[in-house]
Amino acid sequence: MRFALQINEGPYTHQASDTAYQFAKAALARGHEIFRVFFYHDGVNNGTRYTVPPQDDRNLQKLWSDLAEQHNVDLVVCIAAAQRRGILDANEAKRQGKDGDNIAPGFRISGLGQLIEAGIQADRLIVFGD
Amino acid sequence: MSTLHTVNKSPYERNALKSCLDHVSSGDTVLLIEDGVLAARKGGAFVSALRDAGCLVCALGPDLSARGVAADVAEGIHVIDYGGFVDLAAAAKRVCAWL
Amino acid sequence: MSEMKKFLYLNRKAPYGTIYALESLEVVLIGAAFEQEVSLAFLDDGVFQLMNNQDASGTGMKGFSKTYRALGDYEVRKLYVETESLALRGLAVDDLMPITWEDEDEDYAEKPSIIPVSKAELAELIAGHDVVLSF
Repeated sequence: MRFALQINEGPYTHQASDTAYQFAKAALARGHEIFRVFFYHDGVNNGTRYTVPPQDDRNLQKLWSDLAEQHNVDLVVCIAAAQRRGILDANEAKRQGKDGDNIAPGFRISGLGQLIEAGIQADRLIVFGD
Repeated sequence: MSTLHTVNKSPYERNALKSCLDHVSSGDTVLLIEDGVLAARKGGAFVSALRDAGCLVCALGPDLSARGVAADVAEGIHVIDYGGFVDLAAAAKRVCAWL
Repeated sequence: MSEMKKFLYLNRKAPYGTIYALESLEVVLIGAAFEQEVSLAFLDDGVFQLMNNQDASGTGMKGFSKTYRALGDYEVRKLYVETESLALRGLAVDDLMPITWEDEDEDYAEKPSIIPVSKAELAELIAGHDVVLSF
């Protein structure tokens, strides 16, 4: 079965990203497909590679990046939400005249159409938020 | 076809659980996750509402454990893990989050 | 896009205090281009999103209430509002913005987009959609 996940909150304040990650891991372990994870609202903050949590804490960005690499999961950050919150890839940084980018490996920036498409293409869309 | 409803808010703070229970159809499942699991503690004010919901009520075990209530789950509430969450989502026709 | 799905947007939060109402509207507008069947449901504090006479100018935030009135132009014509949620807040449908769509089959007659529904009817609506997006 194809699952799509939507994550509305950033890491560490809310549990949404943790729950979504545990769900994704369990779904993959059962042989399901995670078609796409769409990061919306503050959820885009999961996608910066500049986070440095304490060593005894989980690193959510790294967990997502590793999951994307190991299981070919499409991690999409909403472009409008990302621009508001300073999440940039190299193209966006150049286009907006910013001095650097911060998008984490495995994440890509795209539009809200990717969320609608996920709703259409996936068998189930599950929203994790606050 | 049935719906899996997820509730992630404590019923003592927000009305997500009440609103969810007002909108379940027969054959649906309610899954308590994150702070939503606090509703499942025996003796709590919302246990009877869960019992009267007329549908299967589950709670996410790791969230119960994290909050120290795993040993005191009210009778009739099924404790599941993340794999069980996946199975419920797959078995339902749609998933509706009460945020 | 080969597959046609029915999308329900579940709006339960008041506008301005959090971004969810605005972002729900953004998804609805983008989603309109995908030619799926779209319905919006307003319940709990979500009914405040449709209040008439909203003016956000004093808050420094961008007002977006007028966008609801343009939804008809995007072929979004079903805005279900739960009557119990209205009543609990001392509101009636008359307190909401007049939102209409033009029926081209009837000489562009303006028809109301807001459809009052009961809790029970809203439960049936949820059960009748393929994808539920919660905001």
